[in-house]
Amino acid sequence: MPADPKRSTLFLCFGALLVLLTLAALVPLLPPGPWLLPLSLAIAAAKTAIIFLFFMHLRYQRGLVRVFAVAGFFWLGLAAALTLSDYLTRGWNTG
Amino acid sequence: MSASADPAPSPFRDAAQRSVANHYGLWTFLTTEILFFGGLFTTYTVYRLAYPAAWAEGSSHLEFWIGTTNTGLLLTSSLCIALGDHAIKLGHRTAVRWCLVLTWLLGASFLCLKGYEYSGLAREHLLPGLDFHPEHPLAHPPQVQLFLFLYFAMTGLHALHMLAGLCAIAWVYWLVHRRRVTAERPDAVEMLGLYWHFVDCVWVFLYPLLYLVGHR
Repeated sequence: MPADPKRSTLFLCFGALLVLLTLAALVPLLPPGPWLLPLSLAIAAAKTAIIFLFFMHLRYQRGLVRVFAVAGFFWLGLAAALTLSDYLTRGWNTG
Repeated sequence: MSASADPAPSPFRDAAQRSVANHYGLWTFLTTEILFFGGLFTTYTVYRLAYPAAWAEGSSHLEFWIGTTNTGLLLTSSLCIALGDHAIKLGHRTAVRWCLVLTWLLGASFLCLKGYEYSGLAREHLLPGLDFHPEHPLAHPPQVQLFLFLYFAMTGLHALHMLAGLCAIAWVYWLVHRRRVTAERPDAVEMLGLYWHFVDCVWVFLYPLLYLVGHR
């Protein structure tokens, strides 16, 4: 059976998640700019990576389970990219 | 006749094979969930790109402290259920039960805060489609209504998943109590954990998208 994370690892991950949450909550205090939302989303992605790898054991799983986990995001990425390629180019006709 | 005495023999060679099969099954389910929530996230993105100012205006009507507190509650509940998974594999049954109770209480607190936020929006007459009469005039009323509709759809769907998770926690607690889930057969706690962590991750993205777009 694949190994699971140690208890100390779980607490370490939780500490990292709380640091990231504090950073996310401080983002609105930064001067306004178009990069605030990408920064917030990057923090959310970092939190998700910690949860997926350690809390959800992907770090300790065999390759095929990781493929299953990534497949959902892959198909969602395709669907979202094709949807946006439609909406973002609709204005081209009318100039 | 000994071979036919068991009407439904286990299809698994050993516990390791059963665990891997459980992981495949649950991750397949989670993949459908990613696509399920993904539809709403894509809708959100399309309208966010079309109406950025209205999105900021709508987001400013949400309670930032509730979003932040709720994120903290869910992250802590994820730690609790991860510790529960760790404890069941060591056979620490009392610890597992405490972890499940704590996870349940943190999840229930999340839903209470969400209900409080919903009732606040209802008091301010900011229910899209039902009762939308803001006290102060809005710069983009129809688009703000659209933002709030997506807010209720996304957080409502997430809350339904939380509710299902709370029921599942109670069920797994009962299984642990009846010794149907033990150190030799810990899969139920681990699978419950996978689901709970996933629902947590959905919220981790909802938090910046709904609460942090107004502060710019």
